[in-house]
Amino acid sequence: MKKELIELRVNGRTHELALEPSKLLLDTLREDLQLTGSKRGCDDSSCGACTVQVDGIPVLSCTLLAASCEGQEITTVEGVSEHGSLAAIQKAYGDWGGAQCGFCTPGFMMTVKHLMAENPDPTEQEVRAALSGNLCRCTGYSQMYEAIKAAIEAEQKGMAAAK
Amino acid sequence: MIPVNFDYESPSTLAEALKLLASREDAKVLAGGHSLLPAMKLRLAQPALLVDIGRIAGLSYIRESNDQILVGAMTTHADIASSKLLQRSSPLLSQAATQIGDTQVRNRGTIGGSLAQAHPGADYPAAVLALDAQIIAAGPSGERVIAATAFFVGMFTTALRPDEIITEVRVPKTENESVVYKKHHHPASGYAVVGVAVRLKVSGGKIESAALGLSGVSQNAYRATAVEKALRGKPVAAIREAAAHAAENIEALGDYYASAEYRKHLATVMTRRALEQAASGAAK
Repeated sequence: MKKELIELRVNGRTHELALEPSKLLLDTLREDLQLTGSKRGCDDSSCGACTVQVDGIPVLSCTLLAASCEGQEITTVEGVSEHGSLAAIQKAYGDWGGAQCGFCTPGFMMTVKHLMAENPDPTEQEVRAALSGNLCRCTGYSQMYEAIKAAIEAEQKGMAAAK
Repeated sequence: MIPVNFDYESPSTLAEALKLLASREDAKVLAGGHSLLPAMKLRLAQPALLVDIGRIAGLSYIRESNDQILVGAMTTHADIASSKLLQRSSPLLSQAATQIGDTQVRNRGTIGGSLAQAHPGADYPAAVLALDAQIIAAGPSGERVIAATAFFVGMFTTALRPDEIITEVRVPKTENESVVYKKHHHPASGYAVVGVAVRLKVSGGKIESAALGLSGVSQNAYRATAVEKALRGKPVAAIREAAAHAAENIEALGDYYASAEYRKHLATVMTRRALEQAASGAAK
């Protein structure tokens, strides 16, 4: 099958790839770039396990052609750590049991990172609304809300300390 | 995975896109991809050429022009939902956008794509019908304006020709009217089992004008003209009786979740609720 050369920016690095036009971003990340954090859950735009950020906006990588993303900045869960250590939200998920089986977690990370960047002090209602496109079958979400609250507090303390 | 491969082009101008679209009979436009790509995964659509219009500059905007708000075809549901201009001057479109799918779907899906797809349970069709919106389509011989009321002709079928691309949607300002979009979500898909868009003008306790668009009930969205007629010039108390006409002479869809009979009943209930909410908003 005919392939085309495209350039993809993923987690700050540029990759030149020969891809079939029908290749989904999710498959490109997992198969061509070995970035297996993003997961295929439902494959029909329902579950959010494949969520990545394109130019900072959470989108479903299972419903997106890799070719459509040329020239855009893609961020996956592999790109959220800060200076080689876990981001506040990753650490909080560990501390509060926000991840159980862990399959949905990378998708949640990308949505929560966007929420925290857009709205540094969200209400619980806003957190719930922001996460409505990510499904978790293990935790019942309560631990996640605790983790997100803790991460927001940690970020605010960090910002206060930096002042 | 998309099982059937295809050719892919991502032109940077509309003229180029139109030329590509006309070049092959089995070419299709790719906007946000949230209707087309899922259909292609299931082999329900098998275009041989995808013309990705995501790289054409200037198709995503929301701006004012006299008594209308102009919305670019590539504007996402998220941008329409959060637009201060629409919320202030023509909030019905924002209300509908807020209730589409989930966060990620709204971040990528576009108004032009959704209208062109014309899913029977989509939310915008009800809203653009109630608003008497205009849909602007560009084609090989130039641009034409399609009235929303003439746009939806069947299930997944519109007045758009295969060689045309939607470029803009124009909605009127509704600052002196009360608008409401009310929806009964399908619990899994998020599509409307019934969605009712209402635009109501009340003065001195009397209904001056009413426009209603219904989605989800039938194979395509429609204007509930019998309800509109039963409301015009009547006091607000006429709502209950008028709403009973919401699915009159409509051939309703039925599936395992909602039978045709249930959908028709739900249409009357949702219509009454939407009208009552609009009337209480207007009374203030």
